[in-house]
Amino acid sequence: MAATVAALLRKELLVELRTLESVPGMSLFAVTTFVVFHFALNQNSVSGDEAAGILWVTLLFAAMLAINRLFVADQDQGGFDAFLLAPVDRSAMLLAKALALLAYLAVLELVAVPAFGLLLLGPPLGQALPDLLVVLVLADVGIAAIGTLVAALAVQTRARDLLGPLLALPLLVPIVIGGARASSPLLSAGHASGVGGPQIRWLLLLGLYDLVFGLIAYAVFDFLLED
Amino acid sequence: MTGPGGGPFGRGLRTLSIATVAAMAIALALVFFYAPIEVEEGFLQKIFYLHVPLAIVTLCGFVIGGLMAIAHLRTRDRHWDLRSYVAIHMSLIFGVATLITGSIWARGSWGHWWVWSEPTLVSFLIIMLLYATYQPLRFAIEDPERQARYASVFAIVAGAFVPMNFLAVRLSTAYLHPRVLGSSSNLPAKMQFTFFVSLSAITLLFATLCSYELTAKRTRMLLKARSRTLGFQ
Repeated sequence: MAATVAALLRKELLVELRTLESVPGMSLFAVTTFVVFHFALNQNSVSGDEAAGILWVTLLFAAMLAINRLFVADQDQGGFDAFLLAPVDRSAMLLAKALALLAYLAVLELVAVPAFGLLLLGPPLGQALPDLLVVLVLADVGIAAIGTLVAALAVQTRARDLLGPLLALPLLVPIVIGGARASSPLLSAGHASGVGGPQIRWLLLLGLYDLVFGLIAYAVFDFLLED
Repeated sequence: MTGPGGGPFGRGLRTLSIATVAAMAIALALVFFYAPIEVEEGFLQKIFYLHVPLAIVTLCGFVIGGLMAIAHLRTRDRHWDLRSYVAIHMSLIFGVATLITGSIWARGSWGHWWVWSEPTLVSFLIIMLLYATYQPLRFAIEDPERQARYASVFAIVAGAFVPMNFLAVRLSTAYLHPRVLGSSSNLPAKMQFTFFVSLSAITLLFATLCSYELTAKRTRMLLKARSRTLGFQ
């Protein structure tokens, strides 16, 4: 199983490296969205709840771009059939795709978070980073699990670009809640480092979400791959 | 009229319908003549006897739809998928009714048609937005077997999402919405009784409407199969 996941993941990342179709688009989208927010809100710098909101909405919509594209190549070029013919556990594809999505999100955040710190964020980003990293990792796991599941669901339908975000966004609301509430004190002026009281609740929520939906995605994914 | 499994269609429909009509009549009578008028909100509070049962039945309907979807995936019996579809479809309709009655109540008691500052309405809206994609998803897939399978997967994920979403939204907002069930012990006995009768009536209504829809769909499927066998469409 691990070997299968590794092989599939390697293929995903290689294809992405060669075609560069998801990650640069996501990163550019994120930076452009920050600029749009500047004009839309008519603010030079934001902090606290506003900052958390802008960051999470942008990350979420950039993630949608990757989710839309996740299974398209497999669907159009027979990748599903090839995979089904191989004598491997089908959940390996879920794991591999989810890990790939996680990798794309990590690169996205490597670009988007410093860009946010430069362009829109009022308070300095440096102090907040370690805690922010924890929140981002927890949220990314949830986005990866649900994103992969929704991508697999949507790719077989006629209106795949439309249905993907439509399905994913309500499902990801708890991630937005957890992520934004957890990051809001981190992005405020006068932030004291160290994970404090109110934050733990949001981290627990994110963790619970990741656990529940990770398990459900794992349980249910096989049924999507039959033909 | 018998179905492919040998069981009759529409069995028990008449009994269910009569029971529903009776229950709703009794519930309405209780609401208007028996239940006392609430001190703070006055007559408007009586919409609670409609709104809350609708909400409860909607959410249970969604979760039950998910459970039926699990049965479908395990047994591969398409009838479970049909039941799951009807349960979710009916819950969507009841959910719209919940949102409307909730807005009316909100407007009456708090002065706004919509308030963000209370978790129950917000969670409910998110869930409705999610399930609103169920039918577009279903009908965007041509192959019927795949359609049933994918719809079941969605129903399971969304069914698991219902409690998770309530937890998340409740954590994130301060309460304004009256906490009915937790505080039902605070309701005076007359109100409690009326509430439970209303709840039973709405549940019966849900079950009856679902039965009607299931019967209609099965009959139509049977008719199509028969006419195909006989050689005309």
